[in-house]
Amino acid sequence: MKPIRWIGWTVMVALAGLALWARPAPSPAPQDWFRTGTGLGVSKVRLAVPNFGATNAAAQPLEKVFDKVLWDDLAYSGVIQMVSKSFYPLPSTWPTQPSQLQGQEKQWTQTPANAAMMALGNMAVSGSSLSVSGWLVDLTNTSAPPMLSKVYTGDATAEGARLLAHEMSNDIVSLLSGGVPGIALTHIVYSHQVGKNAELSVMDYDGANKHQITDLHTESIMARWSPDAGEIAFTCFVPYRGVVSAQLCLYSMAAKRVMYFPRFPGTNSAPAWSPSGRELAFSSSMRGDPEIWKVNSDGTHPVQLTFAPHSDNTSPVWNPKTGKQIVFVSDRGGLPGLYMMGEDGADLVKIDLPGMGYIVDPAWSPNGQLLAFSWRRPNGNYDLYIMDIATHQLLQLTRDAGRNERPWWAPDGRHLVFQSDRTGTWQIWTMMADGTGLRQLTHTGKNFSPNWSWK
Amino acid sequence: MESSTESSSLRKFALILTVAALTVVIGACQKKVAAVPPKPAPPPAAPAAPTVTLTASPDFITQGQQSTLHWTSQNATTLDLEPTVGSVQPPSGSTSVTPSESTTYTITATGPGGNAVDTVRVTVSPKSAPQPSAPSATLEELFAQNVKDAFFNFNMANIRPDARVALTQDAAFLRAHPNVDVTIEGHCDERGSLEYNLALGQRRANAAKNFLISLGINPDRMRTMSWGKEHPFCTEHNETCWQENRRAHFVLAH
Repeated sequence: MKPIRWIGWTVMVALAGLALWARPAPSPAPQDWFRTGTGLGVSKVRLAVPNFGATNAAAQPLEKVFDKVLWDDLAYSGVIQMVSKSFYPLPSTWPTQPSQLQGQEKQWTQTPANAAMMALGNMAVSGSSLSVSGWLVDLTNTSAPPMLSKVYTGDATAEGARLLAHEMSNDIVSLLSGGVPGIALTHIVYSHQVGKNAELSVMDYDGANKHQITDLHTESIMARWSPDAGEIAFTCFVPYRGVVSAQLCLYSMAAKRVMYFPRFPGTNSAPAWSPSGRELAFSSSMRGDPEIWKVNSDGTHPVQLTFAPHSDNTSPVWNPKTGKQIVFVSDRGGLPGLYMMGEDGADLVKIDLPGMGYIVDPAWSPNGQLLAFSWRRPNGNYDLYIMDIATHQLLQLTRDAGRNERPWWAPDGRHLVFQSDRTGTWQIWTMMADGTGLRQLTHTGKNFSPNWSWK
Repeated sequence: MESSTESSSLRKFALILTVAALTVVIGACQKKVAAVPPKPAPPPAAPAAPTVTLTASPDFITQGQQSTLHWTSQNATTLDLEPTVGSVQPPSGSTSVTPSESTTYTITATGPGGNAVDTVRVTVSPKSAPQPSAPSATLEELFAQNVKDAFFNFNMANIRPDARVALTQDAAFLRAHPNVDVTIEGHCDERGSLEYNLALGQRRANAAKNFLISLGINPDRMRTMSWGKEHPFCTEHNETCWQENRRAHFVLAH
């Protein structure tokens, strides 16, 4: 056994050498949720957000909408600890502009509030437009200029107030999380059952403004936003000359309709955008059994990437950071599992997760470091996991709560959307990428196959 | 870019160190070679397990025709071919059979090392093509009466014995109705995941189609598609219902 000890020592010496010679390791990227994990709660900024002021009567109902949306956005951002309003000083003293804070800072920075920062402001309606003046102030250094000082202008409607609150929360989140943009203006596309069929619907990231976008009277499923959020690729079953088969379909957000996309023989499904937006990877049986293919996003030049007859290959997803790798699902080894290859199909490797079978629905985190997926447990339930690609370290996100499938990352890398039947029906949920902060976005009917926009 | 060159130079450095470390380890290993005691003599070899292969030529006949069964075996002392044939001579040989209906022949090889089994199915089509049961029966009615779906195990796309029977019957119908084309729809039960099921359903449809091709049906007459777990036949949450939904479903194409 001596040689083994030798190896151990040699590796340790080598590592020590590395540590001595290496330049300081770069600090983890700010969006690196996995490594910071639940410890992030400790370093979250304690933020006070007193109600904004309404400087005229017409602004009063909009101010209530704005306050609630801003609060919910910031509370769900994952980077901010909201100071409960019950810890604030008397409402009559709440400032609506920074000058009113002069000499009052300690009321906010001392116990019980213990706030480090404050978002504050006021708004007015003029004609049909709403104008919000908003600030973000460091309460420990009020003599410095505010971190954020901005006028937000929009429609004097509840929807206008919602949008301005989203814009301001995005600015605050970006400032407090090292430049990672907030997600308050992102959208989620999903399938919604209509009769026997499924149509695509889109909603805001918080579940507001649900609206159906397709009317194809067939199954419209597996939707994926293009990186510029201008198009949605999905799988449809539109008949053509009497033949029904799964085909790639493309919906244009600008044209508000399904665009032309060429049909291929066989079953064509699960389109996935390359981060450049120029290519789609997908599963196609055009040459026999389902294999991974890619095609230009205008439908030209299909190329076969995998060659594993007598197996199913589907659910491709590109590395959104580099565009150089594709992870996909294959059952060539028996149960479906995850495989990784170059975007040209070379360098195929199985992502070995000992003890885990039936792994599907891979979703690649925006920073390129993590994979979310769902694992079908022996009891038939599905749970969501996150895996660090470099170390294969796993984090379980759901537990004992029915089936949880089809995770997809928000562009901030801190949130996931997924489908769950934990309430007895299939609905769309979001959560933080550590499994906390569950939010149910749909409540009626059957809703499934969600996808979060890239921006 | 800078950080990637940095990490690649680090990687090179680590590689050099690892190579150096391995060299030391290999050196250590070589020193130890002399100390390794001689290997104990291998245990006496167990009797080799028998192997056997059975084929039929042709494996599709019309009633009254002959098919020849061929077998080859290794390490077998006795061979038994059932039904109807009985004991046959090792290691290899052939015999003619004239089954009146589709039959699965099983050969069992026995030797000092154990048993081995192989099977082959000889499909027999009736002498005359099935006639319309009533002159008034429409093609749709005949299709519904005679064409059976093929069913599958969970997460599988291979043709089960019961599916072989169904598909063999389907082949007979298609042979008797050369103008009939079919669409084969793959279906899956709700327990699998959405995207994977759509692929699996296609492979089930392909498996049914390939089986019919092996029975001589022209591939141009068969189109395949998959519904995955959408549009299920049965919506209850139990195995009876799940089995109903794991199928290759035949639809008359016009």
